[in-house]
Amino acid sequence: MPVPFDDNPKFAEYAHPERLVSTDWLAARLSSDDPGDLVVVESDEDVLLYDTGHIPGAVKVDWHTDLNDRVVRDYVGPEQFARILGERGITRDTTVVIYGDKSNWWAAYALWVFTLFGHPDVRLLDGGRALWVAEGRELTREVPAPVLVEYPVVERHDASIRALKDDVLAHLGRPLVDVRSPGEYSGELLHMPDYPQEGALRGGHIPGARSVPWARAAAEDGTFKNRAELEAIYLTEQGLAPSDDVVAYCRIGERSSHTWFVLTHLLGFEHVRNYDGSWTEWGNSVGVPIEVGSP
Amino acid sequence: MTPAEAGTPLPEALGTIAEDFTSLSVRDRLTLLLEFSDELPELPERYQGHPELLEQVHECQSPVFLTAEVEGADDAVAPPDRRVRLYFQAPAEAPTTRGFASILHAGLDGLTVHEVLAVPDDAPFRFGLGEAVSPLRLRGMAAMLARIKRQVREAVT
Repeated sequence: MPVPFDDNPKFAEYAHPERLVSTDWLAARLSSDDPGDLVVVESDEDVLLYDTGHIPGAVKVDWHTDLNDRVVRDYVGPEQFARILGERGITRDTTVVIYGDKSNWWAAYALWVFTLFGHPDVRLLDGGRALWVAEGRELTREVPAPVLVEYPVVERHDASIRALKDDVLAHLGRPLVDVRSPGEYSGELLHMPDYPQEGALRGGHIPGARSVPWARAAAEDGTFKNRAELEAIYLTEQGLAPSDDVVAYCRIGERSSHTWFVLTHLLGFEHVRNYDGSWTEWGNSVGVPIEVGSP
Repeated sequence: MTPAEAGTPLPEALGTIAEDFTSLSVRDRLTLLLEFSDELPELPERYQGHPELLEQVHECQSPVFLTAEVEGADDAVAPPDRRVRLYFQAPAEAPTTRGFASILHAGLDGLTVHEVLAVPDDAPFRFGLGEAVSPLRLRGMAAMLARIKRQVREAVT
């Protein structure tokens, strides 16, 4: 039986309210007698954070060691994806709720990768790990031992939500959203403030990209801003329309997954692609056009 | 000072830790790293609340600070034989980084200046952690080691 949606009034305003759950909803669901076919997944920047304590029953999916291919710079293929999910007790019918650190960057990234494989019911925990912790909710170090289930081997469908470098070159002149910090956008910084230099040889942004740092979509407590606030940023201020063909990018595609989620599921944009090659590819590519300077 | 090259053995305590890690399965290496993370000593009182007295490791993806003290500067001990004391601060939200710091603390704290400077620069890659946490994340440990050695070198010259 499908797990019901969270009918939180804040979510009801969004284009796809079924993509979010609140901490209240999740806590109630987990403590109910019959939580249903629900698996909670934690996905963090720090590979050990889950192990220090996580939502009871949650399993870990690491963005790097689980979702990325070990050799090629790409996501895992269908067999590997099926194995990773099957080991975690996730079938194609399971409702997956993902949460993580850093305002859900990696959770949104994992959700986006699950979407590449067309997983039907995948939701984000609004506010992520930080809100769950701030509210003093239960954490445990007990790692669940899910029964191995069969997840089907399904093709990855990149085209509709993922842009590769050539797609971006063909897209120039249409809306691009650069979600990095202003210093990265202007070219002064080659990485996030306080983050390691990850080896981009050129600073700046893709020509024509608008600078809309991802964090503008998040409230102080890490939850998403409400629909009216988001529309004021992306529609009124930036002049984007839900029918626009939009590409979002950052450094390696995690922060732009957050913005992809906002545009697609909260504001109902129909054609948003995440360019996961992002600046670590564009800023190193020979001969591609670059702009520098502030917006 | 001879350069610390690949192939140079690790100091005994650090070498034992490396053996402990590499003898485990990849999954158990993460568990051991968590134990190290849990055991990172607190900063002594004189450093608490004073990040400006410590050096930030900018290569790490979280706010990590460290300092290396060299003991016995005023007595008759020759600089290479003076003892090194290491202090780290890393947030609970960054357990991997805490684990790296804790490994370096357990393996290097109390060694002599000579011994610390002789630690090979590739030491962080000898724990079999590349497979467990990804090589990308190991760069933070290499950066901590480099900053420790630089501080120690500066303290005795």
